[in-house]
Amino acid sequence: MAKIWAIFRKDLLIELRTKDTLNSMLFFGVVVLVIFNFALESLRDTIRSAVPGILWVSFAFSGTLGLNRMFAAEKENGCLQGLLMVPVDRGTIYFGKMLAATVFMLVTEAIIFVLSLVFFNLTVWGEIPYLILVFLLGTLGFTAVGTLLSAIAVNTKLREVLLPLILFPVILPILVNAVEATNIVLNTPDYSALRLPLTVMAVFTIVFGTISYLLFEHVLED
Amino acid sequence: MIEVRGLSKYFGRFSALRGLDLTVGAGEFIALFGRNGAGKTTFLRILAGLSHPSSGKVTIRPGNAVAPRYIRGCIGYLSHNTSLYADLTALENLRFFAKLTGLPDHKEFLMQRIGQVGLSGRESEPVRNYSRGMQQRLALARAFLHDPAILLLDEPFTGLDQAGSDFLKSYLVETHSRGKTCMMAIHDPGVGYELADRLVVIDKGAAALDVQKSSLSLEEFQNRYGSIVNRT
Repeated sequence: MAKIWAIFRKDLLIELRTKDTLNSMLFFGVVVLVIFNFALESLRDTIRSAVPGILWVSFAFSGTLGLNRMFAAEKENGCLQGLLMVPVDRGTIYFGKMLAATVFMLVTEAIIFVLSLVFFNLTVWGEIPYLILVFLLGTLGFTAVGTLLSAIAVNTKLREVLLPLILFPVILPILVNAVEATNIVLNTPDYSALRLPLTVMAVFTIVFGTISYLLFEHVLED
Repeated sequence: MIEVRGLSKYFGRFSALRGLDLTVGAGEFIALFGRNGAGKTTFLRILAGLSHPSSGKVTIRPGNAVAPRYIRGCIGYLSHNTSLYADLTALENLRFFAKLTGLPDHKEFLMQRIGQVGLSGRESEPVRNYSRGMQQRLALARAFLHDPAILLLDEPFTGLDQAGSDFLKSYLVETHSRGKTCMMAIHDPGVGYELADRLVVIDKGAAALDVQKSSLSLEEFQNRYGSIVNRT
């Protein structure tokens, strides 16, 4: 656990100094919000029903940018090679990178969400605990798969292009259920329907997290 | 300590190594020579566990270690990439790798290692501000922080000035004198001959020459090396 924390802390320290990843993620996420804000101007009265989709499009696009940076930064000066030489189980590297990706995404999501409340004039105080749960599960599912696929993509010539191409088909179940769960929280009075999408997201995260952990060692070696 | 049998590595249709055989005893210092693309880097990367062989077998027995991650703990690998985080300071870089390696990460230990490579007083500067020579010194401290039994060096003199080269040579001589096994890929026959006690030339993915330094002079070695790399 200390080693996972060390990898996370290192990524956080570099991010606090450079702000490369968070700035680009935020910029992209906010641009998506602004575009939808203007595009859906005529639907102002029913905008609340469109917000779940808008939010997750924004989260997914900005999250993909963050995942692209995750291992690209490790390629500079051959840092990934140094990381692979340390005598730790390579699954530890996976969990360290996944933790960093999750935290960066959650920070971005929090800011994008607050801005969306302003743009779309929403009030959500009572729904916030449920939204936190949905965002957390959706993000964990996203990064569980994304961390592995980012490690695969970084060793290819097409790295920035390849990641979305291989990521989005795999995380479709997470995105569909995250949108559904967010819609239930924002637009329905009965939260009992939340159980199904939350269960699907939790199972997806555990299954794909385990597969990614087991495969991670093999994708890093050539 | 290291036994390599029939080692081959293919990248698509290109073969980087073709049935390489080599046995390395504990405490030996081997200089690996060969033209660009001969397979030196590929060979070192396979030994370091960074690359899988296509066929053949590599056995590394540093003490009783068996599992790959324990074997990695007995190997230090330094290439022309420094593997340093440019936005972290020297101290932060070493602290990070010390934590992952399970070494003490307190300041005194790390400062001692920074002092060994002549960077005392610059430990709080981001690595980005370091010259190439300083980065290579710190890379040396990082790669061999855990005092590994086996040192793998891939063109470690690349980009170093005279002072940096002299420092690296003295570091390797001192390390070898402590019984460490060293394997260094290098282009300069003079430097390789000076440091190593065994000279291996790799050509077309296999060992074309494997001799003890004591069996031939530098001039004789240069002639034989030249005849291997110049033949078509």
